Amino acid sequence: MKAEFTAEELDFQSEVKTFLNDEFPAEYREKVDANVRLNKDELVNWQKILFKKGWAAPSWPKEYGGTGWSQVQKYIFATEMGLIGAPEPIPFGMKMVAPIIMAYGNDEQKARFLPDILESNVWWCQGYSEPNSGSDLASLKTSAVRDGDHYIVNGAKTWNTYGQYADWIFCLVRTETTAKKQEGISFLLIDMHSPGISLKPIVLIDGHPEVNEIFFDDVRVPAENLIGEENKGWTYAKVLLTHERTGISGVPRGKKRLSSLKRIARETDDGFGSSMMENDAFKNKIAALEIDLEAIEYAELRTLASVSAGKAPGPESSILKIVGTELAQRIDEAFVELAAYHCLPFVPDQFEDGFQGDYISPGTSASAALTYFNNRKATIYGGSNEIQRNIICKAVLGL
Amino acid sequence: MDFSYSEVQQMLQDSVKKFVSKNYDFDTRSKIIESDSGYSEENWKLFAELGWLTVPFSEEDGGLGGSAVDLMVMMEEFGKANLVEPYLPSVVLCGCLISELATGEVKEQMLGKLVGGDLQLALAASETGSRFNSSKVATTAKSNGNSIVINGRKIAVLNGSNANELLVVARESGGEVDADGISVFLVNPDTPGVTVRSFTNIDGQKSSEIDFTDVTVAASARLGEQGKALMAIEKVIDKAIIAVSAEAVGVLETLLQKTVEYSKTRKQFGTVIGTFQALQHRMADMFIECQLARSIVVMAAMKLDGSAGQTEKTKAVSAAKSRVGKAIRKVSQEAVQIHGGIGVTNELDVGHYFKRATALEIMFGNTDYHIERFASL
Ligand SMILES: Cc1cc2nc3c(=O)[nH]c(=O)nc-3n(C[C@H](O)[C@H](O)[C@H](O)COP(=O)(O)OP(=O)(O)OC[C@H]3O[C@@H](n4cnc5c(N)ncnc54)[C@H](O)[C@@H]3O)c2cc1C
Repeated sequence: MKAEFTAEELDFQSEVKTFLNDEFPAEYREKVDANVRLNKDELVNWQKILFKKGWAAPSWPKEYGGTGWSQVQKYIFATEMGLIGAPEPIPFGMKMVAPIIMAYGNDEQKARFLPDILESNVWWCQGYSEPNSGSDLASLKTSAVRDGDHYIVNGAKTWNTYGQYADWIFCLVRTETTAKKQEGISFLLIDMHSPGISLKPIVLIDGHPEVNEIFFDDVRVPAENLIGEENKGWTYAKVLLTHERTGISGVPRGKKRLSSLKRIARETDDGFGSSMMENDAFKNKIAALEIDLEAIEYAELRTLASVSAGKAPGPESSILKIVGTELAQRIDEAFVELAAYHCLPFVPDQFEDGFQGDYISPGTSASAALTYFNNRKATIYGGSNEIQRNIICKAVLGL
Repeated sequence: MDFSYSEVQQMLQDSVKKFVSKNYDFDTRSKIIESDSGYSEENWKLFAELGWLTVPFSEEDGGLGGSAVDLMVMMEEFGKANLVEPYLPSVVLCGCLISELATGEVKEQMLGKLVGGDLQLALAASETGSRFNSSKVATTAKSNGNSIVINGRKIAVLNGSNANELLVVARESGGEVDADGISVFLVNPDTPGVTVRSFTNIDGQKSSEIDFTDVTVAASARLGEQGKALMAIEKVIDKAIIAVSAEAVGVLETLLQKTVEYSKTRKQFGTVIGTFQALQHRMADMFIECQLARSIVVMAAMKLDGSAGQTEKTKAVSAAKSRVGKAIRKVSQEAVQIHGGIGVTNELDVGHYFKRATALEIMFGNTDYHIERFASL
């Protein structure tokens, strides 16, 4: 057993550190540190900076413009990105639809879609969930009926993250009403500018319109946008779901947040003239979070090692999703406890671009409640934590 | 032993229930929050007519009797409606503080106007450095002949934007955490040197950050004896803790009820999600938490009304707030989780109860704070 990096890996780590220090724009860094959301242009611009360096798609194979990195290199890169607060690539194109196109798309589709994803010219969103098909995704009803060279799509998708920014959506649609619900589903790419598509924003409890309902009313989609075979979409999507669940543990981000939690605790009066970092209960709480984070980090490293050894990511991804999201939510709670009265005012715009109104003083901790509210989503999406536990019961424990 | 409500308490509960079912659905509440003042003046007048504004005061002050149990009964119903009218800041905090500290004509006039529905008040007590400790006061009040000059910054001044008068806690002498030297002053928010920045809170209620820069008031603006206000403040905050804890019980029971109902109608995998045992046990735990929260609030309210010594009363209050805080976490988070995606949206009332619960957990000290206070007594 050995957990240290090799000399080459250490060199790589310092190369990544230097690059991020030099190239991650200072103004973005300031925003991230102040919990202000980066806007679409900034996210895309950062992605393009990575593209120029050849680092836009760490998880892609080299032939498609990926880095060809080892698992450990990918891990180092993700860690350094997280520690500095640089945003990960928008996952919908890079991490979700691209692997499907690579695995099941034809050459034409690869040539047409992959370069624009790599260069971040096109923004994708994920169109799986429907109002009545959440955890039971395979019950989805949005229909695609073949009509000559086209599919006619009708129905409604929901919870589409950043659908308002999207140029394209990848959808699971029903092409056949068969006995077994998983068997009549196809994987279709749809241009968001097509006639018949409309979008309704959904505002979350933190005041941010982060997701949307998307309605399809006789939308004509060229049949060439079908990925793979008709009625095989469920199989493809299942592969994609495991991709979605890797790297979800958020250890680097957790570390960054814990260090800012400590900093704020040192600056926060406990009401008796000492700091909150000197308050036993709070100090122990931070320690417990750090310990759990370490356990998760090693769980992730062990998974990584087995994936490097050629094993497919299995139910481990469910474990990491559960513990990663639940730990992140405990960190959210600690921020709320620390902020106390400072996070009562609800000023979501303070954490958006260009806000000019009255700021809640003293600043950073004021976003604590908003983050706490927003991040309740983490145990719900990407396969809820109940569903992940079901997977562990079935796939690992044989129950 | 008898835990049933008195006739008066029963009437009070019925009257709030009736008002809420007639006047306070989710859409109405949302519109009230969007209005400038963030509360309905019409409702406030009605509260006065119904006698609700007299509940926390003794009979000699023209009140219903001032029992904590009465207050608990009413606040629980407010919690069920997620009511945003500024009852807590105006009536409980400021009304009770006036009743403790003020005397003679000032007291009579202010309480008269308050219970008549003609006065809005706000307590400017908390500061950035005070966290939940009432004796940590950095705002200063310096005598200058016959006047007083106030300097400092207050945060989380509930109802600050609507207040006709502010009750400002300031230090006249002593070190920053000394019990002695703290006074309360009546300050009109239009006085030069008062700067108010107002916000709508996470729970839809209003609060302000207020800066006092060389604010000059007459010495007669001091309520009660010079430098001796801390005991009264702490007593009032204890009562307010009963109020917010009882409100939390109402919020949590509503969340439980809505979650159970939803689980009986939401279908996934061909069956309602309420049939999954993984969720059933968690709803059973939510129920248990609600029962424990209710029980400890009843205990604390009864103790406050009884003849126990001050230490025992304070301990009971901390026990209630810390235990309710624990229940808030569990029940409110589970309610959102079991609703799935719809639980984190603004469209559904569940998210709004969740946010109110979060605010209630913070107010007047969170779980850790009150466990510590309990242990130290
Ligand atoms: C902020 C946010 C962003 C999202 N982004 C996207 C996106 O971009 N694209 C997209 O397609 N989808 C997205 N989703 C949808 C997400 O994947 C679904 O919300 C999720 O699958 C749960 O579905 P549901 O909300 O309908 O809840 P339901 O499936 O109705 O679940 C309700 C509750 O029941 C539990 N439950 C369900 N089945 C079982 C069971 N068998 N055993 C035990 N418990 C069970 C759930 O865990 C949950 O607690 C997003 C959701 C959110 C909240």
